[in-house]
Amino acid sequence: MWKESVDYLTYNILHLEGHLGEAINFFIYDTIKIWFLLITIIFVVSYLRTHFNTEYVRAHLQGKSQLYGNVLAALFGIITPFCSCSAIPLFLGFIQARIPIGVTFSFLISSPMNNEIAIALLFGLFGWKVTAIYIGFGLLVAIIGGYVIGRMNMEKYVLMDVKPMEGELDEVKIKLTVKERAKEAYIYTRDIFKDIYLYVVIGVAIGAFIHGFIPADFIAKYSGAENPFAVLVAVIMGIPMYSNAAGVMPLVEVLTGKGMLLGTALAFMMAVTALSLPEAMILKKILHVRLIGTFFGIVGLGIIAIGYLFNAIL
Amino acid sequence: MKIEVLGTGCPKCIALEATVKTAIAKTGKFVQLEKVDDIMKIMEYQVVSTPGLVIDGKVVSTGKALSVDEVIAFMQNA
Repeated sequence: MWKESVDYLTYNILHLEGHLGEAINFFIYDTIKIWFLLITIIFVVSYLRTHFNTEYVRAHLQGKSQLYGNVLAALFGIITPFCSCSAIPLFLGFIQARIPIGVTFSFLISSPMNNEIAIALLFGLFGWKVTAIYIGFGLLVAIIGGYVIGRMNMEKYVLMDVKPMEGELDEVKIKLTVKERAKEAYIYTRDIFKDIYLYVVIGVAIGAFIHGFIPADFIAKYSGAENPFAVLVAVIMGIPMYSNAAGVMPLVEVLTGKGMLLGTALAFMMAVTALSLPEAMILKKILHVRLIGTFFGIVGLGIIAIGYLFNAIL
Repeated sequence: MKIEVLGTGCPKCIALEATVKTAIAKTGKFVQLEKVDDIMKIMEYQVVSTPGLVIDGKVVSTGKALSVDEVIAFMQNA
């Protein structure tokens, strides 16, 4: 229905035709659709999120066995908010609670990767199947990556000396009424939307231009099956783009529509969210470069493997 | 009354400190305000998501940039 209204507006009311008409039609259709989905999904996720906070997660991860801890940490990563600015207290706080660093890394990989903006955009642009694949394989990278780091005995590369606490943490309970939760979710959604709505517009505008003006052969030649290094290049390009996920994803949708392989697109989006340069810079204050390098290396390899796997089977 | 804002300089922490200052001015109470940016001290309060708000040694909020009214409510309940 929305598609028909936009078609009517561009072709019958504005009387636009050809490349320009197609580009503008696409721009209006996509921008409003993505805005709507972002607001809805971020609200739902942030409402659910009022039941959990990082302190709650920490209390629940304490004293769990290795592999089970990794799985639990990765799952918690979906529902807890993550801001690279609080990576340090989180990391040290987990060590303080005697949570193994491998489990902490499972959480650190999963949390930014499964953030609500990425999930909302994926769902809106690619549908629920691709979203489910993204979340499922994202969890797998977080679990295996954290587990492998945990087996490498890298505790000595944590540069700050944290005294492990005695005993167990208290159960953290968050008591809020439905109204308070809704209000919190509303404020959170409003703040996030204010931060990213412009990136969406810019991303879609560039996407609309490509959609209307750049031929498919051109895209397919560089990012399609003909280029065996496409996944590798996509992952490296994704690293510095974390803060712009909202603008980058609409572009990826257009590129896949024009012949970019889905595995390459998935690997790129995972790299954008999971490997963030600002986060690495912040963690450098408390972690040895070798540990950060290992973390990026393992996650990077995992993502590249997923990219090639999907390109081969889909 | 003593209020401490726990934070390592993230945007939300700076926002919360400003909010707390406004809240104190609005209530007109005599309050000792302290910004805690030493990570080890933050850990002692068992806070893992900054900013944290501590009133008279008790953690009342973590990970949120509160509104002025919310801070005032916390001050009145303390």
